[in-house]
Amino acid sequence: MDVSKLTITETRALLADRKINAQELINAFLSYIRKTDGDTKAFINVTEEQALMRAKKIDDAVKSGKNLGPLSGVPMGVKDNICTKDIKTTCASKMLDNFLPPYDATVVERLHDAGAITLGKLNMDEFAMGSSTENSYYFKTKNPWDGGRVPGGSSGGSAAAVASGQVVYSLGSDTGGSIRQPAAFCGVVGLKPSYGRVSRWGLVAFAPSMDQVGPITKNVRDCALVLNNIAGHDSLDTTSMDCEVPDYERALVDDIKGLRVGIPEEFFGKGTDPAVIDRVERAIGILEEQGAICEKTTLPNSKYALPVYYVIATCEASSGLARFDGVRFGCRSEAEDLVSMYKSTRAEGFGPEVKFRILLGTYLLGPENYDKYYTKALKVRTLIRDDFERAFKKYDILVSPTTPTTAFKFGERMSNPAAMRQSDLLTIPANMAGIPAITVPCGLVEGMPVGMQIMGRPFGEKTLLRAAYTYECHRGCDYMTPTTGGGLGEGV
Amino acid sequence: MREYETVIGLEVHAELKTESKIFCACTTEFGGEPNTHVCPVCLGMPGALPVLNKKVVEYAIKAALALNCEIASICRFDRKNYFYPDLPKAYQISQQDFPIAAGGYLMINTPDGEKKIGINRLHMEEDAGKLVHAGDDIARADYSLVDFNRSTVPLVEIVSEPHLRSPGEARAYLDHLKAILEYTEVSDCKMQEGSLRCDANISVMPKGSKEFGVKTELKNMNSFRALQRALEYEVERQIGLLKEGKEVLHETRTWNEQKGITEVLRSKEEAEGYRFFPDPDLMPLVIDEQWVEAVKTTIPELPADKKERLMKDYDLPEYDAGVITSSKSLAKFYDSCVGLYDDPKEISNWLMGELLRLLNTNNIEIEDSPITAENLVELLKLQDEGVISGSIAKKVFEEMFETGTDPETIVEKKGLKQISDVGELGQIVNGVMEKNPQSVEDYRGGKERALKFLVGQVMKETRGKANPQLVNELFLKKL
Ligand SMILES: [Zn+2]
Repeated sequence: MDVSKLTITETRALLADRKINAQELINAFLSYIRKTDGDTKAFINVTEEQALMRAKKIDDAVKSGKNLGPLSGVPMGVKDNICTKDIKTTCASKMLDNFLPPYDATVVERLHDAGAITLGKLNMDEFAMGSSTENSYYFKTKNPWDGGRVPGGSSGGSAAAVASGQVVYSLGSDTGGSIRQPAAFCGVVGLKPSYGRVSRWGLVAFAPSMDQVGPITKNVRDCALVLNNIAGHDSLDTTSMDCEVPDYERALVDDIKGLRVGIPEEFFGKGTDPAVIDRVERAIGILEEQGAICEKTTLPNSKYALPVYYVIATCEASSGLARFDGVRFGCRSEAEDLVSMYKSTRAEGFGPEVKFRILLGTYLLGPENYDKYYTKALKVRTLIRDDFERAFKKYDILVSPTTPTTAFKFGERMSNPAAMRQSDLLTIPANMAGIPAITVPCGLVEGMPVGMQIMGRPFGEKTLLRAAYTYECHRGCDYMTPTTGGGLGEGV
Repeated sequence: MREYETVIGLEVHAELKTESKIFCACTTEFGGEPNTHVCPVCLGMPGALPVLNKKVVEYAIKAALALNCEIASICRFDRKNYFYPDLPKAYQISQQDFPIAAGGYLMINTPDGEKKIGINRLHMEEDAGKLVHAGDDIARADYSLVDFNRSTVPLVEIVSEPHLRSPGEARAYLDHLKAILEYTEVSDCKMQEGSLRCDANISVMPKGSKEFGVKTELKNMNSFRALQRALEYEVERQIGLLKEGKEVLHETRTWNEQKGITEVLRSKEEAEGYRFFPDPDLMPLVIDEQWVEAVKTTIPELPADKKERLMKDYDLPEYDAGVITSSKSLAKFYDSCVGLYDDPKEISNWLMGELLRLLNTNNIEIEDSPITAENLVELLKLQDEGVISGSIAKKVFEEMFETGTDPETIVEKKGLKQISDVGELGQIVNGVMEKNPQSVEDYRGGKERALKFLVGQVMKETRGKANPQLVNELFLKKL
């Protein structure tokens, strides 16, 4: 049985109709992972034993006629910066190579409660810092569409595993585009929820004021199904909003008549590949055909988003990553005295990009720089947020390319950090503003997928999903896979 | 000769006695096996997040109101970043730019009368864990272990204005502050257990100068006495330097209790910046007027009011009332005694004299006093009823303190009852007169003092048990 193209809905139907039981299903996925992951390398750790145990429990429950959760038996993968109880959570860092969390992240706990089965932990840029997953301590993950290209990052493993069909869906984390950029590069759907929509308990922090966990799925419906099960207040995370969670599946209506769509011109600038712009404009054409009212608009301060992001994110990271000092967990380098132990542990445990960001953040928080950079960055962040607030008075959603280009080749940007950072240019503003943003595949450029980004009002995930779903219904194919060559062709 | 003036400001850390820690549900209980009162939050595990304990905010508001502070309607938590093994996240969650309260004061008594000492700010923060060194001290230890039971226990830091002008004033400020924190029941204030800690900033300047001198920061004073001694030492040291034409260096110094001196810990130049910035894991804290009003109603009678009341109701001298109300437990002990025995001044004399003396020399807190209020009152009654004499009462008191036994039992067992039998005393008086003819002669010759000697001889023979008044009367009769 080819399990690689299954969506959540299809998997649930197979299990419900007793065409296959959970253990058979999980075994099929595990053998598919064994077959493909030697090449793709999406997994840091495949948790075969735990997955089969969980599957057996579900089969037993089915036999005894128990009610099953909404994601019962559906296999998923989890980015390796999301804590899993008694399962190594490495953040793709040597620093945490041996770290076994004594607790599950709230998102993992909620999905397990819904019956989900975790197949393993997925590769990423070390501590979520990077845009290509090349910063993993372990290995590089290949883009399933082209083995010579990166899957994007930092949730590169999460996107590649879904795109290649190793899991039905996965969890990623997004601080500046880390879900949406790899999802776009790999031709899958990725959602960064509103800040506060999903609990961060158990997500190893990169920049807590922007970090959000979100789903990476094959289509929009799956995205809504996963969001239904992870969204909502968590008493362990006071930044998670205590407000009602709608049923996101019910938002999936093929109807956007009268929906007001803003097209921010800054997101279609010189830095963006004209071919990418072309695919996104065609997608916007489909939205218009479906009755959306599309109009050019402007978010003038979003051009500062990238530098502002680097100030705020590195400041927060420099402090948050200070706990990796060799005293309590993770790696420790033996040394003569305490200070030398700190120094050699951190020198050996962190990779170069992480060190760079810690150094930068430490420098920026210094007494002579704090106001000049940090305080100023917070002020500009407010301006960026104000831009969005203004735009959302007029528009229900904003639409743009997710990334300026399609997936680049391995090594191409490692020596050019500025170019690497450019790939987050269009995703970062949503993190700055705390708004939700989703990427949906909207065609190919030279055989590589392009993503359309839809941004919405804070906690306006329903509208995002409705727009994305309507587009998907009229895109011309249900979903794209690398094995079928996309199904969409070069132009839509 | 040039005269100098001292300027002192105190930074006091008090542990709040909430049941659970400030950012997690772990117990704050003191003691316990190492690392048993811990969870992912207070161990700083990756992915763990702080959740503010509302009770801590309530206690902080209470303390701040009792110290006449303004409560901020919005305050914020910041990260104070530094590496140390007892600090699991390598940052302490504290409040830097927007503390919960500011602009308060408390009154202290000085030889020149009452004085108002400003309180700059009061803020909430989390405590660190504790290092246990395998060896005599940190320098010679083979290794060190960390106990995180104390990690994330709530603290308030209370920073005074530099209004204190002597070590005595600093002591008085700390005494009153401690009393207020005890009365409001927000802290145990036990310096030995570390639930009250005090650092001091101190400088000296020529008298009348408008500009403060260079200050040093003093740490590691583990008792009220240590604070006063360290400050006194530092005043002398700094004045000594200035007199020699040398400079006082801006540095942090630590009090060495054994040597009785302060020693350099680090120079301020080496001290790293803490890189404070707002903690993104915690939302700004909004405190509305109703909350503050609700907390206000829970504030009990404070030491200053209680002192007034003791002076008014019991006619106690100001000094007595001040000493008794300086500690909540002492005041409580006094209240219990007064409730049982109607001689407030006599009770006060015993409390401030014998009891405090014995407690202090034995380093015992009033809560742990082996003498209960009931037993003290019983002793006073025995004395009042003439069963024992005043001097015997003091001996019985010491015995009570040592053994915890009630006075009646002690008096009974040791046969300390006052001898008031005229026949028995008469025989003793006769014996003393026979043995001391010279004194008898002297008295009859007009030397009044000789009588005192004779009475003393009787007391000596009866080991203090003779009723002194009766003895006096008998002598007068016989002489
Ligand atoms: Zn705890």
